[in-house]
Amino acid sequence: MEKTLLQLNNISVVYSDVIQVLKGVSLAVEKNHIVSLIGSNGAGKTTTLKAISGLLKPENGKVTDGTIIYEARTVQNQSPETITRLGIIQVLEGRQPFKYLTIEENLRVGTATKWGEPYKKDLDIVYHYFPALIPRRKSLAGYCSGGELQMLVMGRALMAHPKLLLLDEPSLGLAPLVVKEIFRIIKRINEEQGSTIILVEQNARMALQIAHYGYVMENGKIVMEGRATELAANPDIKEFYLGMGVSGDMKSYKDVKSYKRRKRWL
Amino acid sequence: MRKLKFHPSGNFNEYYAQELTIFETDFGRVSLIVGLMALFAIVPLVLSPYMLYIVNMIGIASIAAIGLNILIGYTGQISLGHGAFFGVGAYAAAILATSLGMPFIVAVPAAGVITALVGMIFGIPSGRLKGLYLTIATLAGQFIIEYVLVHWESLTKGTMGINLPAATLFGLELFSDRSFFFVIFISLVIMVLMAVNLMRTKYGRAFIAIRDNDRAAEGMGIPIFRYKLLAFAISSFYAGCAGGLWAFYMRSITTEPFNLNLSIEYIAMVIIGGMGNIAGSIFGAVFITFLNEGLRWGTDILINLGTFSSAALTMAPLREFVFGLAIVLFILFEPRGLAEVWRIVRSSFRLWPFSY
Amino acid sequence: MDFFLQLLINGLCLGFLYGLSAMGFVMIFKSSSVLNFAHGELIALGAFLFLALVTWAGIPIPISFLLTLAVCFCFGFIVERFFLRPLIGEPLIFVIMLTVGLASMFKGLMLLIWGGNLHTYPDILPASLAIQLGPVTIPPVYIASLVIGLIFLSLFGLFFKYSSQGIYMRSVADNQRAALSLGVHVKRVFALSWAIASLVAGMSGIVLGIINGINVHNLSGIGLKVFPVVILGGLDSIGGAIIGGLIIGLLESFTGGYISTSLSEVVPFIVLVFILLIKPYGLFGLVEIERV
Repeated sequence: MEKTLLQLNNISVVYSDVIQVLKGVSLAVEKNHIVSLIGSNGAGKTTTLKAISGLLKPENGKVTDGTIIYEARTVQNQSPETITRLGIIQVLEGRQPFKYLTIEENLRVGTATKWGEPYKKDLDIVYHYFPALIPRRKSLAGYCSGGELQMLVMGRALMAHPKLLLLDEPSLGLAPLVVKEIFRIIKRINEEQGSTIILVEQNARMALQIAHYGYVMENGKIVMEGRATELAANPDIKEFYLGMGVSGDMKSYKDVKSYKRRKRWL
Repeated sequence: MRKLKFHPSGNFNEYYAQELTIFETDFGRVSLIVGLMALFAIVPLVLSPYMLYIVNMIGIASIAAIGLNILIGYTGQISLGHGAFFGVGAYAAAILATSLGMPFIVAVPAAGVITALVGMIFGIPSGRLKGLYLTIATLAGQFIIEYVLVHWESLTKGTMGINLPAATLFGLELFSDRSFFFVIFISLVIMVLMAVNLMRTKYGRAFIAIRDNDRAAEGMGIPIFRYKLLAFAISSFYAGCAGGLWAFYMRSITTEPFNLNLSIEYIAMVIIGGMGNIAGSIFGAVFITFLNEGLRWGTDILINLGTFSSAALTMAPLREFVFGLAIVLFILFEPRGLAEVWRIVRSSFRLWPFSY
Repeated sequence: MDFFLQLLINGLCLGFLYGLSAMGFVMIFKSSSVLNFAHGELIALGAFLFLALVTWAGIPIPISFLLTLAVCFCFGFIVERFFLRPLIGEPLIFVIMLTVGLASMFKGLMLLIWGGNLHTYPDILPASLAIQLGPVTIPPVYIASLVIGLIFLSLFGLFFKYSSQGIYMRSVADNQRAALSLGVHVKRVFALSWAIASLVAGMSGIVLGIINGINVHNLSGIGLKVFPVVILGGLDSIGGAIIGGLIIGLLESFTGGYISTSLSEVVPFIVLVFILLIKPYGLFGLVEIERV
């Protein structure tokens, strides 16, 4: 298992000591792969990411069971400061820029894990991937468009040279063309920078297109996993996540109401 | 559904009405009645006049502290002007009694109402904003009220102070500490009952909702501005009534005591006693009053021993330091205050010898 | 007219110092949204430390000045570490009450050590440095305070605008969760903002002490005057703090000169109530950039 970068062994997450969100999630991420996590709202995808990045703590959540192993060391319930310094950076859902900082200052916050080191070259790398940010570098992030902000927060994470990048719904609320652009860049980052990426997405079609491996979550459990191509071909996935009929053609709204299939794993 | 006493493995409520009762068991009800009877029958007979004076001070402080607790502990708004509002009550009662010749029994509640109105003046600007602006507005209130009390000489006689006539109740003149003991503690019992019952009504629940999350409370249809203002008015009313009682008890008042330190003293009572706990306010008042007296006693001894000159060891700074320290220690180590300590002690007794 | 000019200059100088004191307060509020009621005590502490170093220990003035600032910096750090850090994650109301307790504690301690009397520094600046502006004399301390204030202001401006640590501090103030996700040491930022705030407070304490003499009650009272200043300027605006300070300083100076000195102590708070009524977010408070 030399190639495994991150492994979650049967982890449970409980918020505020009472609300159990994850009920035994196991997954493994290989080096230099893009792994996508898909599932409906409330399935526990974001919580899984937070369990890895240590951001559960400020929300009163805790990994109560199981282990998270990253590069042969256990990292569950560590503080975000420690985990980010190991090279795991999470890009939060809903973008969350620093509204009163300029684009360039926003990017500089990304250097927090390597405070004091020169950062000019990193800025160039980010601008290389996101040329759209260059003309806006001096303007406040609060006044930028959604697409620009998504590029900004991904660039911000890239400044830290993450070994493992956790992306939470990068396509949220963006126009289809921008989504395509974003996914192209994710693919490029993965190939050129060698970053391993865990991608949480609602847009299952796009996610499975660029991912190597995929997991399907429901109700705090992993219900299915496989190579991305296999998952995309799975009739259940097609029906429930890709919106296609069994035959593979797009479903029309006419048929939506009458469910013919049941989810087999339930 | 009456319960005689707690079940060792805990009581479980089956109806909402059970959740709302003041006393969970008959045992509590009986012990309260016994306790009150003991308080009124034994305490005034046994205690020396000096101790009785301290007990009376505790009673007055408790009323004011309950008022502040309604604001801080239940509505989640901090007031730094409670001492000044206490002063407004005292002056209102004094002026009503001297200029208008109002009898004691009318003047004290009237002082409470006047204080509530004055409080609302400072509540209005802060109510428009979310967050802790009320704290800042009450801080302003503290200074403005102090200034007005000193400088509105035609009304308050400035630094001269006001002397009050003796309070009369049903034709009886209240002279002694003992007679005031009954007046103060009957008022305290009434005020406690009012406060406890207030928290069982929709108003009390709205206050708690605002404390826990004002946005969510607003979303549930609670007009938070009106309720914050109401909480503030009620809290000021308590301060005013306590001030009025104090004025009649002291018989002469000046502007000096009603400064920021007094406000902080009340905050200390609420924190040390336990925020959001009516009984806690009384614990806090007891604690602070005894701390005050203990410090006075301690410094006296030290000065008499000649260890320190009286100039080096003055009472006020030491008191301020100790109050500050008490607030800090309680927040850091027992943020739910003495009420929580009492609860733990009580439950370990109840479960004895199986407590853990 | 001369009287007017004198009042104007007094007011501006006083206001500038209010603004500087408020700056530290705003810094803590911005990074951790804590209203610090112990700010006046931090101011007084700086003034008294300087007094102790200069008169008791007899250390030369410039060295004492720097030493005081260093000690204040460390003190802010310690306060955060031992009193505020345990409360991270607790409701804000506890934290604010804690600062009220700290204020009372520090004030009592200082009163126990130094008493409530007025102390004065030895003459630090020769009177010959005074500037004659027409009929009005500007005392050298005013000029010194202005110079020191401006130096600090520009230093902090540069620090927050260009240094990495400054940008991290602003990022925490802006969006704590996002800062956390990028590995910003949020606790370190809190500690640093307390340290810097305490340093600035100490500095303004020294300058205020040079001008008016030092007295625990007066100096801790200035910590409370910070509230009208910041409400006027907008709770979260450092530039607004300076301008708010100037306005309050002028107002106080003119009321003191033309109406009565006792009223001048209350005027800032009357203004505060009106500002809350009319323009609740202050003159320069950040307008929330909201993108939904």
